[in-house]
Amino acid sequence: MSINWYKYAAPSSFYFLAGKLIPFFTVLAVILLVAGLYIGFFVAPTDFQQGEAYRIIFIHVPAAWMSMFLYVVMAFWAGIGLAFNTRLSSMFATAIAPTGALFTFIALWTGAWWGKPMWGTWWVWDARLTSELILLFLYIGFMSLQAAIDDPRRADKAGAVIALVGVVNIPIIYFSVQWWNTLHQGASVSVMQSPKMATAMLVGMLVMVLAAWMYSIALILLRARNIILERESHTSWVAELKETTR
Amino acid sequence: MLTATNLECVRGGHVLFTDLNFSVKSGELLQIHGPNGSGKTSLLRMLCGLTQPNTGKITWNDSNIRSLGEQYYSSLTYLGHMIGIKDDLTAIENLSISCALAGLEVDNKMALDALQQIGLKGRENLLARVLSQGQRRRVSLARLLLVKTKLWILDEPLTALDVTAIKLIKEKLEWFLAQGGMVILTTHQDIDISAAAIHHLHLN
Amino acid sequence: MLAMRRQADVLITLFFFIIVVSLFPLGVGPEMNILRAIAPGVLWVAALLASMLSLGRLFSIDYMDGTLEQLLISPSPLFLLVLGKMVSHWLVSGLPLVLMAPILGIQYDLSMEALSVLTLSLLIGTPILSLIGAIGAALTLGVRGGGVLVSLLVLPLYIPILIFGAGAVEASAAGLGYDAHFSLLGAFLLVSLVFAPWAAAASLRISME
Repeated sequence: MSINWYKYAAPSSFYFLAGKLIPFFTVLAVILLVAGLYIGFFVAPTDFQQGEAYRIIFIHVPAAWMSMFLYVVMAFWAGIGLAFNTRLSSMFATAIAPTGALFTFIALWTGAWWGKPMWGTWWVWDARLTSELILLFLYIGFMSLQAAIDDPRRADKAGAVIALVGVVNIPIIYFSVQWWNTLHQGASVSVMQSPKMATAMLVGMLVMVLAAWMYSIALILLRARNIILERESHTSWVAELKETTR
Repeated sequence: MLTATNLECVRGGHVLFTDLNFSVKSGELLQIHGPNGSGKTSLLRMLCGLTQPNTGKITWNDSNIRSLGEQYYSSLTYLGHMIGIKDDLTAIENLSISCALAGLEVDNKMALDALQQIGLKGRENLLARVLSQGQRRRVSLARLLLVKTKLWILDEPLTALDVTAIKLIKEKLEWFLAQGGMVILTTHQDIDISAAAIHHLHLN
Repeated sequence: MLAMRRQADVLITLFFFIIVVSLFPLGVGPEMNILRAIAPGVLWVAALLASMLSLGRLFSIDYMDGTLEQLLISPSPLFLLVLGKMVSHWLVSGLPLVLMAPILGIQYDLSMEALSVLTLSLLIGTPILSLIGAIGAALTLGVRGGGVLVSLLVLPLYIPILIFGAGAVEASAAGLGYDAHFSLLGAFLLVSLVFAPWAAAASLRISME
C-alpha cells in the first residue's frame, strides 16, 4: 500500500493518474451540477419569507464553504511541501489557489445579489461578509506572491510561508471582525433565519456542494497537470511525452 | 574536512553543473575556475549553506552542514561577491559590525591594527562612501586578519585590488594554510599560492 | 547590532504619517463631530500605512550590499538577529508615530483620556506591525514589484490590530471599558514576538536561495 503511495507522489506517475481521473470527476461534476440546479430551481419550494430570491443560496452556500475549505487544504499542502520538500504537494497548493479565489469571489458576488432584495443593500459590513472579503485578499496575496517570483522552488516555499501565516490568522481575523461587528451594533442580520429547511432544499444544497467538490477536484487536477508539465519540461519523461503525442 | 558529493545545481531551468565531487582537508587550497555564468558563485553559496543543492550533499567533518547550522557557521568565513560594506558607516565601524556578526568580539585597537595592516592607515574614520572600490574591498578583507575560523570561502577576493594588496592577501592566505586552515576561492587572476595541496576545479 | 540609519528615513515616515492624517479633514470637511468620530480610525490607518511603507527598507539594503548573506551565515541564531532588525524598524518607524499621535489627536479634538488611550494602543500595536510586516518584507526581497506586493500580503494580516487598536480609542470615547482591547493587543504582541522572528528568519533563508 505504502509503496503505491510513493509511486504516485512522483510527478510523472501522478501526471498519468490525474489524466485518467479528470474525465471521471468532470462527468460527475456536470451530472451533479445539472441535478443540483434542477432541484434548486424547479423542485425546491418557494420560501415563504424570502420568495424566489433565496434560490441563490444553492450557489452561494457551496461556494462559501468551498472557499474556506480550499484555503485550509491549500495551506496544508503548501506546509507539507515546505516541511518535506515534496514538489508535488507544493504544486497542488499552487493549483488550488485560483479555484479557491474563484469560489470566494462567487460567494461574495452571489451574496451581494442575495443581499439586495433581502436587506435592500448590496453590501453590509457583516462579520461573514467582511471575513470572506479578507479571505479573498489572502488568496490574492498568495497568488501574486507566487506569480512575482521566477524561481519555482522559491515561489513554492514563499507561498507556503504566507499561506501558513494566513491560516493561523484566519481564526483571529474572523474573531476580531465578529467582535468589531457586535461592538458597532451594525446590520445584525442572521443569515440562517429559517431553522427548518424543506427536504428538497437541503437535498438540492447537498447535491450542489458535491458538484462544487467534483468541479474543484477536476479543475485542480487539470491545473496540477499543467504545472507539472511546465516545471518538469527539462526532464526526459516530458520529452518522451512530446514524442508520442506528436 | 569539507566534502561535497554528487552536487547538482539547476538555475532557471538549466543545469549548471552536475555530479560534482571534491573534498578539502586541513591545509589545502581549492581553486575554482570557470567562465562567467558557469556557476562558481552558486557553488560557493551552496558550500556556505545559503542555497540547497538539487541533489547531493555537503558535509563538514562527516556531518551534513544543513544539520550543523550555526555550529558550521562558527568555523566558516565567507566573503561574497557583494562585500557587505555600508556607505553610511566608517571603515572601522564596518569592520567591527562584520566581526560582531561573525560572533567575534573586537576592541577598537584590534580593528585599527587590522585596518592599518591592510593599508588603510589614516582612513579608519572615513565614511565608506568616500572610499574607492579597492579600499572598500580592503575593509572587507581586513576581517580575515581577525577571524579565528577554520574554513575560508572567498568569491573573487582580488577584484579591484592593487599589486601590494594582492601580495598581502597572498601572504595571509599562505600563513593561514600553513596553520592548517582551508581555503576555497574563485579568481580570474593568476595567483601563485603555496599550500600543502592545491586542487583545481574547472566548471564549464 | 542595530544598524545605524540616516535620520532622513525617520523623518520621511513621520511626515508621511502627519500628512496623511492632515489630509482627512480636508477631504471630509472641518465638522468637529465627524472628525472626532473618525479620528481613531484615521490615525490607526495612517500608522498602518506609514509602518508598511518603511518595510521596504528593512532588509533590502542589506540584501543589496551583501550584509544579509553574512547575517544568514552568522554563528548567532538568525531569529535573534531578525528580532534585532524588527526592533530597529520599530524604533525608526513606530516609536516616532506613537510620540506624534497625541499632537495629531488634538487636531481632531480628542479628549485627554482618548488621547492617552490612543497613544497607549499605538505603543502596544505598532511593534506588532513591525513584527508581522518583517515576514512580508523578507518574502518579497528582490521580487518584481516588491513594494506593492508587501502591502497586499501584509495589510490583511494587520486587520485585527487595526480593529482592536482603533476600537480601544472608540470605546474610551464612548465611555466604555477598553481593558479587553488592551489585553487582546497585548496577547497579539506576545504571540507575534514568539512566532514572527522565526517565520521571518525562515522567509529570509527562502528568499536568499
